[in-house]
Amino acid sequence: MEEISKKDRMKIPRQKMPEQSGEKRVTNFDEVNLGFTEELAKLEALRCIQCPKPTCIEGCPVGVKIRDFIGLVAQGDYLAAAAKIKEDNALPAVCGRVCPQEVQCESQCIMGKKHEAVGIGRLERFVADFERENVGIRTPQVKARTGKKVAIIGSGPAGLSCAGDLIKMGHEVTIFEALHELGGVLVYGIPQFRLPKEIVKAEVEALQKLGVNFQTNAVIGFTDTIDELLQNGYDAVFVAVGAGLPYFLNIPGENLNGVYSSNEFLTRVNLMKAYKFPEYDTPVFNCSNKNVAVFGGGNTAMDAVRTAKRLGAKKAYIIYRRSEVELPARKEEVHHAKEEGVEFLFLENPIEFIGQDGWIKQARLQKMALGEPDQSGRRKPVPVDGSEHLMDIDMAIIAIGNGSNPILQKTTPDLNFNKRGNIVIEESTMKTSKKGVFAGGDIVSGGATVILAMGAGRKAASAINDYLSNPES
Amino acid sequence: MYKIRSAEFLAPNIKKFVIEAPKIAEKRKAGQFVIIRIKEGGERVPLTIADSDISEGTITIIAQGIGKTTKELNTFQAGDSIQDVVGPLGKPSHIENFGTAVSIGGGVGTAIAYPTAVALKQAGNHTISIIGGRSREFVILEDEMRKVCDEVYPTTDDGSYGYHGFVTQKLKELIDSGRKIDFVLAIGPIPMMKAIAETTRPYGIQTMVSLNPIMVDGTGMCGGCRATVDNKTVFVCVDGPEFDAHKVDFALLAQRNKSYLGDEKTALEKQTLEQKSREEEKKEHECNYDKMFFSKISS
Repeated sequence: MEEISKKDRMKIPRQKMPEQSGEKRVTNFDEVNLGFTEELAKLEALRCIQCPKPTCIEGCPVGVKIRDFIGLVAQGDYLAAAAKIKEDNALPAVCGRVCPQEVQCESQCIMGKKHEAVGIGRLERFVADFERENVGIRTPQVKARTGKKVAIIGSGPAGLSCAGDLIKMGHEVTIFEALHELGGVLVYGIPQFRLPKEIVKAEVEALQKLGVNFQTNAVIGFTDTIDELLQNGYDAVFVAVGAGLPYFLNIPGENLNGVYSSNEFLTRVNLMKAYKFPEYDTPVFNCSNKNVAVFGGGNTAMDAVRTAKRLGAKKAYIIYRRSEVELPARKEEVHHAKEEGVEFLFLENPIEFIGQDGWIKQARLQKMALGEPDQSGRRKPVPVDGSEHLMDIDMAIIAIGNGSNPILQKTTPDLNFNKRGNIVIEESTMKTSKKGVFAGGDIVSGGATVILAMGAGRKAASAINDYLSNPES
Repeated sequence: MYKIRSAEFLAPNIKKFVIEAPKIAEKRKAGQFVIIRIKEGGERVPLTIADSDISEGTITIIAQGIGKTTKELNTFQAGDSIQDVVGPLGKPSHIENFGTAVSIGGGVGTAIAYPTAVALKQAGNHTISIIGGRSREFVILEDEMRKVCDEVYPTTDDGSYGYHGFVTQKLKELIDSGRKIDFVLAIGPIPMMKAIAETTRPYGIQTMVSLNPIMVDGTGMCGGCRATVDNKTVFVCVDGPEFDAHKVDFALLAQRNKSYLGDEKTALEKQTLEQKSREEEKKEHECNYDKMFFSKISS
């Protein structure tokens, strides 16, 4: 490495992510962020001052050895950096793109105190892409086979990260997926322009190469029950089915044509590729030149509204009942949405959808004011009397979160669920009420992020490994 | 891939497929459905499982070619494969010994009513079926129904076969003849199911219908199949597909099923164009062959 003093390193500005311009990208579904060049990556990596006791790692739910991999990038040894990341993270190209780094690793970066945090996510993405594009994803060493079999239900981030660890520990792993494609929310939920499906596919294929078995079209609960999996030779089961039952607003008019859950809208566009209709068979309501309103303020709402914009919406709105400060979406997503011409209406709440000939035509909105903090610690929105007004919209997308899917609850009587339908686990061991059955990700926590689900998957893998070596403990 | 063991037309445009799907064959119960995707890039379409054979490892589905996918499916033959088949999905029919149970099928709806009729018979009911069609050729599964029902009444709108009239009229006649009817299952076009609901409502006869909304995943994840039953929103894929006919908002179901009519037209036009170009290609190919053949002879 060239000798550069710490002081000089600190002078290097945080390198910007090259991206498609706002005007250009709303006309396509290609990825918005283009990724660092080698030059940019090296410069950014040099900004890392290689703390003796790095704090960034504490901000990472899967514990990636951030300082070490960035050191390798600065030396130009990108493949070694990729291997270093993969010691802890089965899906680096995904995480480098969709993790909320600004509230995780990067929020802990010492550089951020006086200057700007090191672009850890961007470097992770660069390293993973470099490996995939230049030599193909290399697979890490797998320990000797233990002869133990684990069934993982759901091929989303929690399931994939759990599988990645368990297979390295020498266990036989099968992932059961209800849909026809692998990746869960990474393929049906997150749009192409934020996470190209080819990348998910490559990371899934890397797990296949490691020996993970995948079964699509398998709805556990129906196709096989958890009990049958345990009877049929699986020593442990990890339930990682995600949240996956969309909440609606429960207001009049919600079943009018033109009203979607964000899950349905995004699934049609992402998984079923409705943006290429009629080349692909699945349609989606025609957004072209229409007014589309997305209700909610999370990452899913941003994905939906930016998708509507790309499908040609004349106006695409985010309508959120709190203020901009409380928006739960990542800053980058909000920033990108604004650049793309999305309009934000804060402190507005829908109370009715009004239709004509069965199709939505208007939303009746009510203005809100912020009151006392609620359970979430955010100030609670309260309706302003006499503030009702009508807004013309042609399509509404409800993106206010997900409840839990009822299929496993109905078919696994001895698995404990809480009132909200989430599986109850013992926090330290990820164990459920049922012997040999572990759970993690959104089905336990309720709707959260990709990386938190991956963290849960890793924790579960380690807990399952302990259990398999001593099932009676 | 799921191989088609046999395929035959039961009526114009209505085709029966026996498909290799051993796990589903073993698990399925009356009233449940599968979601199929006929090819890469295809849409996900729900179809009720009409029958299964555990020893053969097969399930039977019966499809009417209405939209682009079902029309294309109906060109599939024995030996072809379906890309994806997932299931069994949905809640099984609620089966008990009601006493006298009438299963009513309109057109392709008979295929959906059939497995439940079998289960009703097995539960000890006196089983009656009324199976209707526009005309004789649209009355399907009569032989199968006769095997599991104590009484079978085919009906046709034009009187070309069986009872001349609608299934509702036949049902009303049975009720008015003073027979005690304890349970009615009705499956068919939405107007038919609504008419059956209105026929049995004054008599307070428990009546179930199987709803056929547009679905995507079929496992509760998208909410596209929502319907209103008893003034509450339900997800048909996980809460149904069978519901109390007297509480279903049929008008809403009909309206939501029209969501993609314009797109369906676009897709069908594209399909027709592709078919045409395939036919033209074929023609051209034959012409060339002819030319070659004749030029050889003449030379």
